[in-house]
Amino acid sequence: MRANNVIGLIYSNAYDSAIPELTNLRTMGSVPFGGRYRMIDFALSNMVNCGIAKVGVATKSNYQSLMDHLGSGKPWDLSRKNDGMFILPPFSSSEGSMYSNRIEALRGSMRFISRSNQEYVVLCDCNVVANIDFDQIFKAHTDKKADITIAYAKGKKPSLSDLMTFDLADDGRISSIAVNTVSDEDENYSLNIFVLRKALLERLINEATSLHLDNFERDLFQRNVDSLRICGYEVTGFVRVLSSLQSYFDANMELLDTANRKALFPTDRPVFTKVRDEMPTIYGLGSCVKNSLIADGCSIEGTVENCILFRGVRIGKGAVVKNSIIMQGSYIGENSSLNCIVMDKSAVVKPSKTLSGDKSFPIYIGKEIII
Amino acid sequence: MARNTECIAMLLAGGQGSRLGILTKNIAKPAVPYGGKYRIIDFPLSNCVNSGIYTVGVLTQYQPLELNNYIGNGQPWDLDRENGGVHILSPYQQIKGTTWYKNTANAIYQNINFIDRYDPEYVAILSGDHIYKMDYSKMLAYHKEKNADCTIAMLEVPWEEAPRFGLMIVDDDNAITEFEEKPKNPRSNKASMGVYMFTWKKLRQYLLDDEADPDSGNDFGHDLIPAMHKAGERMFAYPFDGYWKDVGTIDSLWEANLDLLDPKVDLDLSDNSWKIYSRNNALPPHYISDDASVQNSMIAEGCQIEGNVDFSVLFANVTVEKGATVRDSIIMPGTVVKSGAVVQYAIVAENAVIEEGATVGERPESMQNIDDWGVSVIGEGVTVGKNSSVAPKAMIDENVAAL
Repeated sequence: MRANNVIGLIYSNAYDSAIPELTNLRTMGSVPFGGRYRMIDFALSNMVNCGIAKVGVATKSNYQSLMDHLGSGKPWDLSRKNDGMFILPPFSSSEGSMYSNRIEALRGSMRFISRSNQEYVVLCDCNVVANIDFDQIFKAHTDKKADITIAYAKGKKPSLSDLMTFDLADDGRISSIAVNTVSDEDENYSLNIFVLRKALLERLINEATSLHLDNFERDLFQRNVDSLRICGYEVTGFVRVLSSLQSYFDANMELLDTANRKALFPTDRPVFTKVRDEMPTIYGLGSCVKNSLIADGCSIEGTVENCILFRGVRIGKGAVVKNSIIMQGSYIGENSSLNCIVMDKSAVVKPSKTLSGDKSFPIYIGKEIII
Repeated sequence: MARNTECIAMLLAGGQGSRLGILTKNIAKPAVPYGGKYRIIDFPLSNCVNSGIYTVGVLTQYQPLELNNYIGNGQPWDLDRENGGVHILSPYQQIKGTTWYKNTANAIYQNINFIDRYDPEYVAILSGDHIYKMDYSKMLAYHKEKNADCTIAMLEVPWEEAPRFGLMIVDDDNAITEFEEKPKNPRSNKASMGVYMFTWKKLRQYLLDDEADPDSGNDFGHDLIPAMHKAGERMFAYPFDGYWKDVGTIDSLWEANLDLLDPKVDLDLSDNSWKIYSRNNALPPHYISDDASVQNSMIAEGCQIEGNVDFSVLFANVTVEKGATVRDSIIMPGTVVKSGAVVQYAIVAENAVIEEGATVGERPESMQNIDDWGVSVIGEGVTVGKNSSVAPKAMIDENVAAL
């Protein structure tokens, strides 16, 4: 199985409700992450880095910022005559409502999938931060003669609804699937990356339609765990699943560890994103920056410690910003002091204000809010 | 057949830039990195797009590989167009034989067919080695308003620097009455910026005449423009007020980079209404560690800074290790400055390695004889060995052994 025989399908809205603060105005796919990225960049880059040439991005709601980010797909080299990137907006007929679950969403994308020449499909969400070599998953899928391969990670399960956990046999086959387990132990939890033949996906969706089944995890996988050969593929290394504002905050902060950055941004598998042509960052006289990740276009005249600064952030003279995530285009006024803040895009803190959250409870400041 | 276009630009990018020494050993001068993420040619190309000129011919000759690769299909500058766009124009073989571009005017002459395809009324002739932001559409409007045949952009320079430039003497209406090429005792401080706007019909005729003249050196400044002046064509100077720098020498390249750190210098690259575009690498944001100290500097993406950086411009993917010091210097992409090394008053080209404890360059104030002082230059891919030192003003393009 070769990557050019695979189409990718990305769910930009999956788990939107996990971080309502950040997804109020956008999809999970367009949630900013790591100083210059949007969450969908990881899924898209993983796909194109292994040679997938056709990717559908399924959308449901609030997808304007996503479309603005994706454009024609050029930054991912997916603006092409043949194949390339396709945005799949929700299809709602006059009497029907918009889809409410994953099976319906898949059904909405079936025309796109069925009309493709590729033989395989890889499905993926946008709330996973990881640089994954999909070629290895495809290889495992072929080697193990699997019908379906699901990527998983080992550890404490993220608190997401309907998340699957697996028991695996020695040969890598998934022997049982549980949904919504309650456990403090380490588990094999699904990263919701699925590889299967297009024909099988079509069959499963048709079956679900005719039987009025509407639960993705239970009806597609749990129900077929014995009749189909479903295998697991363990993803090791730096993998973080966003499930709340706290986990978002923590995952960003973990990028201040050089080893984690090396794992997420290896030179041979870059993470692509929209280009904004900002100038490099300027450090003024009297600036003091420690242990921080800083994108292009910033202008820093104050103190910054343990922070992630997105593109075009300005930190005024005498301002002190610690343990915070400041998104694109925000401004921190002179002599202001911030600690443990997640500040959305284009927010403004006027001079001499003090804001503080806690590492275990970061405070969120909304987009374009002026304090 | 291409559609008629009012104004197209021809960008002279064939120069070797020999005064930049080892920095242009393998690349043409317009491809020399500048300002943390740009190359010199980004400025005229971005100026064209921002001015509404979407057809640009780039004339290359010397070491074109890197430049051609960089420009590609022009997409980073929005110059991948159905009609027009950016075109690389290299010398090509003709029935009469192959000729290199003899000089600037000859380079345009050899591409008359290219220009004719667009049937423009006006042609802007630009050079690929200046750093400036300029709205050519305003210059074009001025050219039309004056009903000129040739308009030359003009900058007032300090009198003491005037002898280095081609100067123009103008009347009250900015009509050019006389040219002076690098005079010892200048009568004017109005310098030509090497930016020309021509009415194409006129220029076309003068290019043909110039080529037919066996005594001509086929240069715009020395031959074609004086010929137009002599014939009494309508020639005007277009006053420009803003930052403009010819980065033709090591010192001026070093200065022009550090100018970006001076808030008083009138070159704002963060102005969203006049962006300078460049080809981007997919790199993560840069990281400043707990041990680092960064002051008054410009740092690009992908850098890993654990040492001291003061008054310097660092390009993408530069590593400054713990205990290393970089000050008053320009460090180009991919270079590593290892722990304990000191780099000062230097330009370090791409992918060089400054090993532990090595020193490059010297402060002017610690020189016994200031005439011996100058900016040190380390060439592309050079390794400066452990504990070795590179003298001020030195140009190093071979590895320096460790001590």
